[in-house]
Amino acid sequence: MAVITYRQAIKDALAEEITRDENVFVMGEEVAQYNGAYKVTEGLWTRFGDKRLVDAPISEAGFIGLAIGSAMMGLRPVVEMMFFSFVYVAWDQAVNNASSVRYMSGGQINVPLVIRGPANGGTNVGATHSHTPENLVANFPGLKVVCPATPADAKGLMKSAIRDNDPVFVMESTVLYGEEGEVPDDEDFIIPLGKADVKRKGKDLSIIAHGRSVLMALQAAEELKEKHNIDAEVVDLRSIRPLDEETIIESVKKTGRALLVEENKPYSGVGAQISHLIQRRCFDYLDAPVHRLSAVDAPAFYSPPVEKVQLPEAPLIIRETLDMLNVKR
Amino acid sequence: MSTETQDQAAQAKNDLFAHAKAPVNQQLTAEQKIKLYTDMVRIRKFEQAALQSYQKGKMGGFLHLYIGQEATAVGTISLMDDNDHIITAYRDHGHALAVGMTMNECMAELFGKFTGCSKGKGGSMHFFAPDKRYWGGHGIVGGQTPLGLGIAFALKYKGLKGCCLTYLGDGAINQGPFHESLNLASLWDIPVVYIIENNRYSMGTSQTRSSAHPEEGLAARAEAYNMEWDKVDGSNLYEIRAKTAVAMERARNESRPMLLEIDTYRYYGHSIADANHKKYRTKEEIEDYQNNKDPISVFQQILIQEGVLDEEQVKEIDSTAKEEAKASIEFADNSPFPPAQELLTDVYWATDNPGQHNNQGRMFFNDRLPWDDEYQA
Repeated sequence: MAVITYRQAIKDALAEEITRDENVFVMGEEVAQYNGAYKVTEGLWTRFGDKRLVDAPISEAGFIGLAIGSAMMGLRPVVEMMFFSFVYVAWDQAVNNASSVRYMSGGQINVPLVIRGPANGGTNVGATHSHTPENLVANFPGLKVVCPATPADAKGLMKSAIRDNDPVFVMESTVLYGEEGEVPDDEDFIIPLGKADVKRKGKDLSIIAHGRSVLMALQAAEELKEKHNIDAEVVDLRSIRPLDEETIIESVKKTGRALLVEENKPYSGVGAQISHLIQRRCFDYLDAPVHRLSAVDAPAFYSPPVEKVQLPEAPLIIRETLDMLNVKR
Repeated sequence: MSTETQDQAAQAKNDLFAHAKAPVNQQLTAEQKIKLYTDMVRIRKFEQAALQSYQKGKMGGFLHLYIGQEATAVGTISLMDDNDHIITAYRDHGHALAVGMTMNECMAELFGKFTGCSKGKGGSMHFFAPDKRYWGGHGIVGGQTPLGLGIAFALKYKGLKGCCLTYLGDGAINQGPFHESLNLASLWDIPVVYIIENNRYSMGTSQTRSSAHPEEGLAARAEAYNMEWDKVDGSNLYEIRAKTAVAMERARNESRPMLLEIDTYRYYGHSIADANHKKYRTKEEIEDYQNNKDPISVFQQILIQEGVLDEEQVKEIDSTAKEEAKASIEFADNSPFPPAQELLTDVYWATDNPGQHNNQGRMFFNDRLPWDDEYQA
C-alpha cells in the first residue's frame, strides 16, 4: 500500500478509469492545459489529450447540461466544479435534468454522470465560494452524493461513482487535498456507494460525521481518550445518499449516545436526517438526547480567525462530548 | 381576373413551389409526400382528440397543443438518418408522432396510464422514445438546449456522422443556458442544429415585448457566435425540408452547428389553461394564419396541384386519422393506471437492477410507505 495524498488518490482514480473505459472523459474549467485549479488533474491532459481532458469555458449550465446529454447517449462524463458553489448557476441542469430524466422516461434513459470538486468552507474565500451542498443534493431522489474524508475513500468512491449508472456527486475538500494516507494499489480497489466506515472503535458514544469533520472527530477522540478516558466511536458516513443506516444504528445501540458533526449548516442538514433515524430506530437505546454540531448558522465568514470559529473543530467536539457525558471540563 | 390579380396568383404559386426543386424534395415519391401530409393530419387529429379528452377531465396538468405548427416537426424529422437524434421542449406531441411513436402510447401517457410512453410518469411535457432517438419532451424553458448539445457531442466523440435537432420556442432564446450552448456548439464544432419554433408568443408575452434582436430576426443572434443561421417559413413543408437539410448536411459533414428560425403559429393558447390567448393577440391575427398559412392546407394545395393528392384522398386521410385518434382514446381509457408502487421504480438504475451494482445502504427515506401492510391492516 502506498502513502499518497487525497489529491493524488483522486487523480489516480481518474487516470485509471480513463484508461479502463473509453467513454470516460473529464470536463471542466482549467482541467486540461492549466492542470486543474487545485492540481487534481495535473498531468492528465499531457497523458490523455484533448478528447479525454476537456477545458470548458466558464459556462457551468452549458457544460453540465452537455455532460448530461452525452451521458444519456452512453458516455461517462466526469465534470469538475472548480468550487462546488458554482453548481448553483447550473442548478436546473444538475439537479432537475440529471435527477429526473430516468424517472420521466419511465426508466428508458440512464445518466451515468459524475460531478466532482471541492465543497468546503474554511479557506477564507467568503460566502459565495464556501458552500457544502451535500444535503441539498441528497434531497433529490435520482441523485447520489458521497463525501470522502481520506485518500483511500476518495479513490475508492471516485472509481465507484464513475462506474455507476446513476448521477453521483462527489464532494471533495480543498483542505483535505494535501492530507496523506494509505491507499491500496489495486486498480480494481473500489468502495461501494452507501457503505459507512467505522474509523475508530469505541464504547462511550458514537461521533457520526462526514467529510473533513471525520478528521476533526478522530482528533477529538484521541484527546478524549488521553485526557478524559472517554472512548469515542467515530463513524464516517462516506456516502450521504445512499445512506448506510445499519452501521449508524449498530454503533448507537452499542454506545447509547450520538453526536453528529458536519460542516454543513444545521437547518435540514445531513445531521437532521441522521437524528431522525436515530430517534426512530434507537429510541430505547439512548442514554442522552442526540447532539448536533454544525457550522454556525450564517453565511461563511471571510475573516480567517472568525471563520475558524464558524466551523466545528476538534476542541468544540470535545466540549460537546464532555457536556453530553456530564463530565466537568 | 385583372392582370394585377393574375400576377398575385402567379406569385403565390411561385412561393408555394419555391423550394419544390430542392434535392430533398425533388427526390420524394408520391407515396412519401402523402405520408408527410398524413403525418401532419395525424398530429392535428390526435391533438384535437386530446383537447376533447382534456375538457372531459380525462387528464391532469398542462396540455400544450402544437396545432398550427405541424409542418415543422414533420418536415424536419422526415430528414433524419440513422445517426440523427432529436430533443425538444414541452410542446412535444407533434415531434413524438413524427418520429413514429404511436398515438396509443402518447394518449395513454396524457391520461396518466401505465401503458403510456413513460408509464404515466412524465405526462404531456415529458414524452420519450430513445429507441427512436427521441430524447424528450422537456419542461423547463430552454433546459433541453444543453442536452441536445451533449447528444451531438456524444456523436462526435464516438466518431458517428450524425446530428441532433434541438428544438426550442421563441420564448427560450433569452435563457442563459441556450446562449452558453450556442457558444460551446460553435467553439467546439458540435453537430447540433438548433431550431427555434417561433410562434410569436412566450405564453402571453409577444416577441416584441420579450426579445431584443437584429432586424433580420431572432436567429441572427447566431452571428455573435460565428454560427450560420437561416429563417424559414413554417407554413411550407417544402421550404422547411429544403432549409433544414442544408443545416443537417453541414452538421453531419462539417460538424458545424446552425441556428434555424422557423416562423409558425399556434392556434390555441400557450396551454389549454391559457385563458387569455384571445386577449394578447387579435382574432384577425389567428384567422389570418388559419386561412392563409395553415401548414396542412398549404401542403394539401401543393399536392393537389402536383396531382399527387385528390379531394377524395384528403377526406380519407382525414377520417382515417380521426379514427386512429378515437381508437387511441379508447386504448387510453381502457388502460390501467400505474400501481402506486411504481413511485419508487425508475428513480435509480441501481435499485431497478439489483445484483448488478455495488451500491449498498438505504436509497429511499420514508419511514413507512402508504401501501405498506401495516397501513392496510
